[in-house]
Amino acid sequence: MIQDYAYMLGAYKQAGGEPSVFKDSKIAHLVIHKNRVIGKHSVQGLILEPRETSSGVDINLKIERGTKIENPVHLCFGILPKEGIQEINIKAKIEDGAQLKLLAHCVFPNAIKVVHRMEADIEIGDNAYYEYNEVHFHGEDGGIEVVPRARVNVGKNSHFATNFSLLNGRVGVFDLDYEVRIQENSSLAMTTKIYGYGEDRIKIREAGWLDGASSRGLIKSRIAVRDKAISEIINELTAAAPEARGHVDCLEVIQGMAQAKAIPIVNVTNELARVTHEAAIGRVDKKQVQTLMARGLSEEEAIDLVVNGMLR
Amino acid sequence: MEILRVEKISLRLEGRQVLKDLSFSVEGGTIHSLLGPNAAGKSSLAYCLMGCCDYLPQSGKIYFLGKDITTLPLDERARMGLTLAWQEPARFEGLTVKDYIAVGMKNKDSEQTEKALYQVLLEPKNYLNRIIDKTLSGGERKRIELAAVLAMKPKLAILDEPDSGIDILALDNIVEMIKGLREEGTTILLITHREEVAQIADRTSLICSGFVVKEGTPQEVGRYFKEKCIPCPTRVYPAEEDEIEEVK
Repeated sequence: MIQDYAYMLGAYKQAGGEPSVFKDSKIAHLVIHKNRVIGKHSVQGLILEPRETSSGVDINLKIERGTKIENPVHLCFGILPKEGIQEINIKAKIEDGAQLKLLAHCVFPNAIKVVHRMEADIEIGDNAYYEYNEVHFHGEDGGIEVVPRARVNVGKNSHFATNFSLLNGRVGVFDLDYEVRIQENSSLAMTTKIYGYGEDRIKIREAGWLDGASSRGLIKSRIAVRDKAISEIINELTAAAPEARGHVDCLEVIQGMAQAKAIPIVNVTNELARVTHEAAIGRVDKKQVQTLMARGLSEEEAIDLVVNGMLR
Repeated sequence: MEILRVEKISLRLEGRQVLKDLSFSVEGGTIHSLLGPNAAGKSSLAYCLMGCCDYLPQSGKIYFLGKDITTLPLDERARMGLTLAWQEPARFEGLTVKDYIAVGMKNKDSEQTEKALYQVLLEPKNYLNRIIDKTLSGGERKRIELAAVLAMKPKLAILDEPDSGIDILALDNIVEMIKGLREEGTTILLITHREEVAQIADRTSLICSGFVVKEGTPQEVGRYFKEKCIPCPTRVYPAEEDEIEEVK
């Protein structure tokens, strides 16, 4: 177990994490390898209860009314062997006035036949703040299937945000589906950034419902695919209340024989609401590339800079 | 010493004759202005000189530093010391001003980056970490484009309408910046449709309908431009053979 922990922290570092946070008593953390909890620390006001199951871990997470967790809670999930299944089920409750920021690193550096599934049910109260940042680090074999699912309900005057990035290593098969409903004066912001190559398959559905008056929503995707990778992005935003405002912004860049599809769905059911969308798919903008080449970069270097900037 | 020589280049784009047997040369260490009305072919010439894709001339030669670069790829021309400041600079999502300016610099010196921003009247601390996207105005992007050229220190900089999109109060500053660039050893090919901007050059070529109509001092060419070109009905390329003869 100690060895697993050390290896997990090594992979966590490769994924861009800072392992010293796991020694800091002011910072809560949870480290899960396959179906085993190998590191856990909580802080005052945070209820963090993991329970091991046969194929993963069920997590109960709760922030009590009015509690503000000062430092981001660090999560590290992963599978180090070449094969394995990890199913993480999260039930989170962020009570009224509570604030929480999570930073998750999911590491699968050696995956050849690995499945990582996540099911999250998240309830966010009124006047609350919840931010979930997830960074994936995969190996180069592409033998991984990642299936995240989330159902989120947000109360009034609250903020919900997710930032997902998978920029290191092969994506493998990725199938994300998030649904978020927000109430009066609340806001949601969902951003996904993925770089697929080889024969990666990327499917994303992010759906938001602006159910409350004056609620705000932004769904943003930045996807780059090359080689024979395929992506399909469904961004769906429904505004059903007066003065609700939303925007869907999808940009996909393709190179080589890659294929990309963007399906923005904007649905407005209240005459005082408004949702806009922009979607662009294509190769890297010629003018951007030529501008950088006019400063001396090769075409490949220029394309890399443009794509990396987009995914930054 | 001649740094750039263009010999009888012709360019057709989508079936239209954009440049026709166009010739001129630029002396090293000078500012050479290329004056002409809208749609005269000035920007197309700039892209052709820079080697942008789709702008390979059907005939003629381009020599830079004595070497035939007519078919040389864009990036190799840049590495020889040729660059272009675009009339409408591109936006780059996620790329900071600092990183953009550094792209063309041999030594990624932060002082040099800051100096370049000061030279285009942008306060570095307000801009270095800004992203070159739609949050910057057209005028700001234009200045950043010029700052990137300044920091690159090329041998020859083609400045395509450097004054467009920049407020009138800053025009003097842009002129000073162009002169400063020359003092640091860069030869300038200044493309403009404004006769008063062309006056800062040592020599001027007047381009119309895809070929050079007149060459001389900025004063001589400026006079010609005022007398002949301004009263002339708007001329839009393609210039066909008979029209070229008529202009000549």
